[in-house]
Amino acid sequence: MEGLLFLTFATIAVLCAINLVLQTHPISSALSLIGVLGSVAVLYLLLGGEFIAAVQLIVYAGAIMVLFVFVIMLLNTGAEKRPARKVLVTWISLPLLFTFIALAAMLIGAQVPKTETVTFGGFAGGTTLSVGRALFTQYLLPFEITSILILVAILGAVVLARKEI
Amino acid sequence: MELPLSLPTAVPLSWFLILSAILFMLGIAGFLLRRNIITVFMSIELMLNAVNLTFVTFSYRLKQVDGHIFSFFVMVVAAAEAAVGLAIILTVYKNRSTLEIDEVSSMKL
Repeated sequence: MEGLLFLTFATIAVLCAINLVLQTHPISSALSLIGVLGSVAVLYLLLGGEFIAAVQLIVYAGAIMVLFVFVIMLLNTGAEKRPARKVLVTWISLPLLFTFIALAAMLIGAQVPKTETVTFGGFAGGTTLSVGRALFTQYLLPFEITSILILVAILGAVVLARKEI
Repeated sequence: MELPLSLPTAVPLSWFLILSAILFMLGIAGFLLRRNIITVFMSIELMLNAVNLTFVTFSYRLKQVDGHIFSFFVMVVAAAEAAVGLAIILTVYKNRSTLEIDEVSSMKL
């Protein structure tokens, strides 16, 4: 059951990611990215991260992607006009990409023993209760600093959105 | 590693890490190959998401919640980055009427 779930959603994630890179129109890329985020959220659930899966769907696939789609529709730019890159670059980058993926897979396969497996429910510490407890005790200071970060981001966005820049 | 013919009941931990590596590489490819600023920006989000998957996988392996906290912080930073970055993209488009990264090259030596 876990194998079927993992293979299904991993395939969806990889196909959507390839589609993100290949599409020339930004709105198609944005919709593919939403597919990636949704299937990765399912994988989080498989790994026992209930809270982080919900946050992934609400914050990432919801808020951030709505912002992206909003900007794409607001600017109303069409597809990229010129071809992506020169032919030579495309022909060198693709084998390099596959080489890097194969190297990474080989290294990971050599480092992580095959007896390490993931079963559903094998880790129950990713609930809202335990995440919240860690966030407000052990990681309280970083959590408060992120609020300053968000404040700075809001101010930056407001300053950038003014008329006379 | 060979793919098993019958589906396993438990997924090897390394598959999650390999999937995360593949997503990260595809993010790099999109970052380098695309010309549209917004698509480049979305490739960065894809890379952040791949790293998040690694954090959550190791959190499962170590049976600790810290990985979830880290990926939560990554999401917060990604949200702030998206807000500021899209504001910058809007300003660039307002001033230059283009989203091609090769045409926005004032800071190039």
